[in-house]
Amino acid sequence: MTTHSEVAKGDSVHRGNPVTVDRYSAAARVNHWITAISLVLLALSGLALFHPSLYFLTGLFGGGALARIIHPFIGVVLLLSFLGLFFRFWKLNLWERTDNVWLGRLKDVLTKNDEKLPEVGKYNAGQKMVFWSMSLIIVILAASGVVIWQQFFSEYFTVDQQRVAVLIHAIVAIVAICVWIVHVYAAIWVRGTIGAMTRGRVTGGWAWRHHRRWLRELVSDKSKGKPKGVTPAE
Amino acid sequence: MFPPIQNPTTEAVPPKFGEADLLRRSASTITPPAERQTEVAKLIDVSKCIGCKACQSACLEWNELVEEVGINTGVYDNPHDLTPNTWTLMRFTEFENTETGNLEWLIRKDGCMHCEDPGCLKACPAPGAIVQYTNGIVDFVHENCIGCGYCVKGCPFNIPRISKVDHKAYKCSLCVDRVAVGQGPACAKACPTQAIVFGTKEEMKQYAATRIEDLKSRGYANAGLYDPPGVGGTHVMYVLHHNDRPEIYAGLANNPRISPMVEAWKGLTKYAGLTAIGAFAAFGFLHHLVSGANRVSSADEEAAKRLAEGERT
Repeated sequence: MTTHSEVAKGDSVHRGNPVTVDRYSAAARVNHWITAISLVLLALSGLALFHPSLYFLTGLFGGGALARIIHPFIGVVLLLSFLGLFFRFWKLNLWERTDNVWLGRLKDVLTKNDEKLPEVGKYNAGQKMVFWSMSLIIVILAASGVVIWQQFFSEYFTVDQQRVAVLIHAIVAIVAICVWIVHVYAAIWVRGTIGAMTRGRVTGGWAWRHHRRWLRELVSDKSKGKPKGVTPAE
Repeated sequence: MFPPIQNPTTEAVPPKFGEADLLRRSASTITPPAERQTEVAKLIDVSKCIGCKACQSACLEWNELVEEVGINTGVYDNPHDLTPNTWTLMRFTEFENTETGNLEWLIRKDGCMHCEDPGCLKACPAPGAIVQYTNGIVDFVHENCIGCGYCVKGCPFNIPRISKVDHKAYKCSLCVDRVAVGQGPACAKACPTQAIVFGTKEEMKQYAATRIEDLKSRGYANAGLYDPPGVGGTHVMYVLHHNDRPEIYAGLANNPRISPMVEAWKGLTKYAGLTAIGAFAAFGFLHHLVSGANRVSSADEEAAKRLAEGERT
């Protein structure tokens, strides 16, 4: 069916009741949460300077000047941290033909008709879209952010370039927050997902329901005794 | 001659305007007072300026600013640009007039124009960091400034400068503290040729008209008043001998207006952006309400178990 592997290093199945599946290593989870916390702090400090009615959010950072100072430095943390996530996850997020089929049946996705959807690997088309749009968004935000980083970079750019950058930064940041809402909502709506990023594992039933192709491959790899990265003790 | 403003009394004078006379306040919704104060204006008659820089000195003196000792790069401009300490700057241009064959030495006193529609104030995210009084003076309130540099992007004249020391924005205040007690700006007071005069905006317009008439009689057919309508007019105006070409005066903006980028950023983006975020959040909420959680069933767990067990051998 597929030529490439849907399995990442460290993914593995453990028999039991219920069956559990390792989905994210501790390093991947730490990497994810650094990114997540950075993104939330960036959104809060950014929104504070975006709309006057949200200026009170600067209070979380110790006032307007501190929010202004901290925001771009958190941006640097986010960029580096996301780079880590990118290199961890990019391969299994490559677009496939079945992703178009999945996306074409978005109505079935939203109405929980999971049995009508094609079997999904480690990531479904929605997750892949979040991944790629966030990758693009973060690059644009970092680039436009440097242009409007007054304290260190204002002398390298003309005021006209800064005006374009500040508009792009605002619009793309809004898109980022919308994508973030989709990401968080999906994790909440699809019950059993959050454990993947907290404890690092999901139940077999969750994998069967949402990422069956990934589960099948994990099981068949195991039966063939194919070593897949770290083999956890059983 | 324009009648000079009288010297002040030595008695303490209560300020003529203050917090109650705000027309606009950055990042805030305020109700301006029912009655506007008489609009004031500073008129800079470029044709009378001799380039002595007394205005620059007076500005530093009154506002207790110290400029660094600069370097000479072969032009008279000193310093070479506005800085957080230099709120006003003589800009010198050698202009070869092809019509007359004359070399004209154009000297323009650059600084905040105190726009009626101030781009800096519209761009500012910090409540009360920039205020506009009903008499037209636009002032920076430094204790509220957060140093983001948005005012720089908002300004159509490229005036505000951010200090590398305290990271706050600085520009000409039109000597708001002097004007409040009935005095003119320090630069106007110091000008030896009355190239800078100060009064009500109406007075200044009338006085400018006499100057323009004089310049026209001397062969400057395009002499005129620079009070750009694109920013609603300004409370610092120029008499220019070549009002048809303001850009020859060291790049004075021809028909300035707040950049469409800034308008889009502070207008549509602000409202559409928050609406979009709200819409996404609302969709999530409603979707969950209607469809309920997507739960893993016991059948799913059983199927997973069968798969895991079945492939054991």
